[in-house]
Amino acid sequence: MNGLLSVVRRLGRAVIDGVWRLGFATRFFGLLLLYSGQSLRRVHLTIREVYFSGVLSLLIIIVSGLFVGMVLGLQGYETLQRFGSGDALGVLVALSLTRELGPVVAALLFASRAGSAVTAEIGLMKATEQLKAMDMMAVNPIARVVAPRFWGGVISMPLLAALFSAMGVFGGWLIGVVLIGVDEGAFWSQMQAAVDFRFDVVNGVIKSVVFGAAVALIAVFEGYDCTPTAEGVSRAITRTVVSSALAILALDFVLTSFMFRGQS
Amino acid sequence: MSSESSATLVQLQDVRFAYGERVILRGIDLDIPRGKVVAIMGGSGCGKTTLLRLIGGQLRASGGIVNVAGQNLARLSTRELYALRRRMGMLFQFGALFTDMSVFDNVAFPLREHTDLPPELIRDLVLMKLNAVGLRGAATLKPAELSGGMARRVALARAIALDPMLIMYDEPFAGLDPISLGVIGQLIRRLNDALGASTIMVTHDILESLQIVDYVYFISEGRIVAHGTPDEIRASADPFVQQFIHAEADGPVPFHYPAEPFAPSLLGPGAA
Repeated sequence: MNGLLSVVRRLGRAVIDGVWRLGFATRFFGLLLLYSGQSLRRVHLTIREVYFSGVLSLLIIIVSGLFVGMVLGLQGYETLQRFGSGDALGVLVALSLTRELGPVVAALLFASRAGSAVTAEIGLMKATEQLKAMDMMAVNPIARVVAPRFWGGVISMPLLAALFSAMGVFGGWLIGVVLIGVDEGAFWSQMQAAVDFRFDVVNGVIKSVVFGAAVALIAVFEGYDCTPTAEGVSRAITRTVVSSALAILALDFVLTSFMFRGQS
Repeated sequence: MSSESSATLVQLQDVRFAYGERVILRGIDLDIPRGKVVAIMGGSGCGKTTLLRLIGGQLRASGGIVNVAGQNLARLSTRELYALRRRMGMLFQFGALFTDMSVFDNVAFPLREHTDLPPELIRDLVLMKLNAVGLRGAATLKPAELSGGMARRVALARAIALDPMLIMYDEPFAGLDPISLGVIGQLIRRLNDALGASTIMVTHDILESLQIVDYVYFISEGRIVAHGTPDEIRASADPFVQQFIHAEADGPVPFHYPAEPFAPSLLGPGAA
């Protein structure tokens, strides 16, 4: 009986803690938006973060995109040619990438490459009292440190996802057309005919913007909210990567169910 | 009630503070006169740093009044508090320099954030501040390349960048070698007098402090237990002050953290 009670008690505490944290995160997001005006006016602050989150993630995005596209080329052709429609490889590669793989995989990579770095940076600034010092100098750390990093992530993510998809299509072409010998005209023309700009590309871009905002928010919040010790920062980084991955996949399901409900 | 021009810059009246259940300050009354260097002393964890953060407005008192330059901090909006903080400089225990910026940019930071001065003027001001702490030659270095004492001097230059009316130091002597310690001590006194500022220094380094300060408050267990000028403190018969000055392990501040009697606890829980 006592054991059961303590389980219920622990569950209750976990739920209350979770709700508290959610409340903190929401309030934090509100403050972040409130102070964004200041930081967006000083555009060089955000550009610097676009460089750190976006430009420095280019390599991993380009290489991963290429490999994902090449795998899609191999696997897609293998299946399609059984039904005699190997020419449709271009459609398969382009649709998988623009609708799903581009935004989702790029966001997962972005979370582990840039999100973790942002959490670590803000967490260490907190642990070494830099945020407090800034606050004492009458400079709001949310406006000066957090907001530029958030917007840097939101701006970088769609661009990285687009690049990922482009590299993926190139990888699919490399395998399908150059290596296997699918007809080049069919590859490109079928792709052009089947991929709708509004329905496929724009929806993919919307997804990548939403994922970018989610990852960036999680990363800055975990950094800002971490326990200011070495252990606290390392936990915060782990939480950023794990929560980002879950958030991306869950949001992907929600967005997909709104965007692609069997209309095509 | 002190006004903008009165002789008292900071006034605490019956200030209490608690982190949840843990009571840190139990009713502190103290005055910081303009132009003076005042030290707040006490053992580690007695609430000295909390006191500084209350004066800086980073924490709100659970009771009592914190008055800075005639303004009651509890009544200030965030905007008004920030306006007040522009006239305060604070030196954190380990400097808290921005690690992604050079020494120059660290000192320039408050100037760039709060003024629209042209870059040439900012450069001149920063070099003047760095010169005052003897580190003009280190302007291009990164904080990681500085020793502990140098980092604290840079942080001091940054704290005085806007010519504050109040400079606060959190453990300025912690972890410094004797030379750096003397340098920082002299800087604290010289800068206070040169800038016409007032200084609050939280420390447990009694011998160094008694040489440079005008007045000392001793805090123990959240209360002020003794105060006076350095001469009064040296002559004091108060057992707490004596223990502190002579660095005795046991006295009013016990050596042992409160615990149950030793013998029964050695015999185990069953034997008690």
